[in-house]
Parts: sequence; C-alpha cells; structure tokens
Amino acid sequence: MKRMVVALVVTLALAFVLLLTGAMLELEPAAIDLRAPVSAHLADSGVTHPVNAVLLNYRGYDTLLEIAVLLLALLAILAVVGDAPASPSRAAHPVLQTLGRLATPLMVVVAVYLLWAGAFRPGGAFQAGAVLAAAAVLLHLVGLLPGWSTPRLRLRIGLAAGFALFLAVAAALLTQGSLLQYPPDAAGALILLIESGLTVSLALILAGLFLFLAREEGA
Amino acid sequence: MTLAFDLLLALSLLWCGWRTLATPRLDRAIVLFITFGLLMTLTWARLSAPDIGLAEAAIGAGLTGALLLDAYGVLRRRSAGP
Amino acid sequence: MTTGFVFALAGAALFALGVAGVVLIGHLLRRILAFNLMGSGACLVLVGLAQRHDLADPVPQAMVLTGIVVAVAATALALALVRKLHALTGQLELPDDADD
Repeated sequence: MKRMVVALVVTLALAFVLLLTGAMLELEPAAIDLRAPVSAHLADSGVTHPVNAVLLNYRGYDTLLEIAVLLLALLAILAVVGDAPASPSRAAHPVLQTLGRLATPLMVVVAVYLLWAGAFRPGGAFQAGAVLAAAAVLLHLVGLLPGWSTPRLRLRIGLAAGFALFLAVAAALLTQGSLLQYPPDAAGALILLIESGLTVSLALILAGLFLFLAREEGA
Repeated sequence: MTLAFDLLLALSLLWCGWRTLATPRLDRAIVLFITFGLLMTLTWARLSAPDIGLAEAAIGAGLTGALLLDAYGVLRRRSAGP
Repeated sequence: MTTGFVFALAGAALFALGVAGVVLIGHLLRRILAFNLMGSGACLVLVGLAQRHDLADPVPQAMVLTGIVVAVAATALALALVRKLHALTGQLELPDDADD
C-alpha cells in the first residue's frame, strides 16, 4: 500500500514537471510589461535602484504587510516557547570569542552601508537587517550574548518600532492623499526613514527568531 | 558558453536538492541544505538579481541553516539525555 | 534557451521535488527542508519566467525578496512547533491517522 502511494506521488510529480515544462515552452511574450513604467517614474520615486523603488514605493503596501507578518510569526514563536527559563550562555574558545568581537563592528558597518546604498545600488533594509541579525546570532554562538527570555519593554519597543513607524508614515500620508503615496520631493527622505526603522526592527525580529528559541535547551 | 555554466548550475541545484531529501543522516541533510542555499545565491547572481542573492545568502542559507542546526542539536541532545 | 528559462525549468523540478518530499517524508525536520525547497523552486520560476528574454525585471525580484524573508519566518515558526512537539511527546513524526 505504502509503495503504491510512493509510486503514485512520484509519477504525479514527474507528470507535473513535464506538463509545466511544455507549458513554459509555449509561453507567448507577456501581455503586461512593468519594466517601462518602473523606469519611467524612477526619478519621482525617491530612490534610483529599481528593485528598492518597487519594494518601498510602488509596492510599499506589500512591504508593510510583510513586516507585520514577520512580527506575527515572532509573536507566535513567543507563544509556543512560553515561559522557559533563559539558558546561560556557554562561552566558547577564547579565539572564537575574539573573532566574534572583531567581526561584529565590521558587520555593523556593512549593515549601515547596505542600508544607505539601497537607494542607489543593490542593498536596502532587508539585507542590512539580515547582516545585523547574523551578527547577533554570531555573538550568541560564541557566548557573548545570552539567549533572550520574555522580552521586556525596550526589546518590545525595538521589535514593534519598524512596523509602527511604517504604519505612522502610511497613516500620515493617508490624510493627504491615497495610501503610501509619497510626495515626490520628500520621497527619498521618507523612504530612508522607513528603511532605518525597518532595519532595526528586522534585525531584532530575525535575531529573535533564533534567540528566543535558544533558551529552552536546559543544562 | 554561459549556457553550459547555467545548465551545470541548474543540475547542481537539482542534485543538491535531491541529496538533501534522500540522505539518511539528518545533520548531513542540513549541511546539504545550506550548500543548496549558497548555490541559490549563485543562481540569483546569474539571473541579474543581486538583491535577492544578498538576501538569500544571509537569510536563506545563513539564518535558516543556523535555525535548523540549532533545532537538530537540541533534538539530539534531548533524545540522548535523561 | 536563455538563462531565465533554464532556471525556471530547474525551479519547476525543485518545486515538484519539494512537494513530493512534503507528502512522502514522515520526519518533520526533513519535511521542513522539503518545504524550503518548494519555496526556492517557486521563487526561481517567478523570476526565471519573467526574465526569460534575458532582461532584468525588478517587480518579481522585489516579490521574491519579500517571499524569502517570509519563508524564513515560517521556517522558524515550524521549527518552534516541532521542538515543542518533541518536548511534549518525544515524537518527531506526526501520528498516523488511526482508523476511527
């Protein structure tokens, strides 16, 4: 019985791949091409890198919902882990600790650069937040940063600040026009403000995804 | 020439993905998954998507790999303990 | 056979591999690995098909960026649930449906 199910699933998967390949080979050129409108309005969007213009201006609503989903996932993880006590950080070899101490300021500088360069080059808030979160995970692994227990006020403010800031900017813009429609002369500054808040929050959320789980080890 | 490189990269992606699921040892599967993430980073570079490559390297390979290894370590320690 | 096309095909195969893995594999941690393979395959199809004529397209790239970040959050939540399940029951596979 089990072998029949396995054979059936494998056959269906292969059939799916073949059908999809055939469908892809027969695709006509797309009816809608968004490259032209993206580059046409790039000068008014506040940034010069098209991907970040799409991410924070044209499709800013999606990014707003994305940071809300991340916060929600973190809250769900906090709910699952519950009240487990924080495990003490285990110190690693001194060489590893020194490497961690040396690498962290460099990673902070790289993160700030990625945040700033996101307006002109590949980069932006998500990459910067990810590098900062990686620095936090590195510090935890060498024993310099203990695992996080139930977050206190400062951590909670940091976790929610990015989403709150983005929401506040969106609400303020709603009173003046449609949702997240930046005025062209202030668009660059607004995007940088939102990205800074997103970087801090994203770093704390991504680090929290790892560090809030790291406490239920015991001994 | 670039087509040969692309085909090789695509085949390595598929082979790495297959081995991730088919390896009997779980720690090896997680390491293969991290390798898969890094091959995906190369793929995004080939597809002219450096932003996605940066994010995949840091988040997809790095953070997900760390989460998986941490979970594997905890599960093994717990099942080997009292 | 452009770059985008090659990787779109690879993405379709990865997606099918991931789905087969999620359906057939019982071990929960491996199921999470297969789920991530599905996500990567879907992202490849999204970007590869849009760029099948070798012109970079920023809109699906932004969407895939969002997708990768949400996927890591989903993976973290899934891992938290697996760890909790293991702490409560000691099992790493979901129980088979008993004949009621």
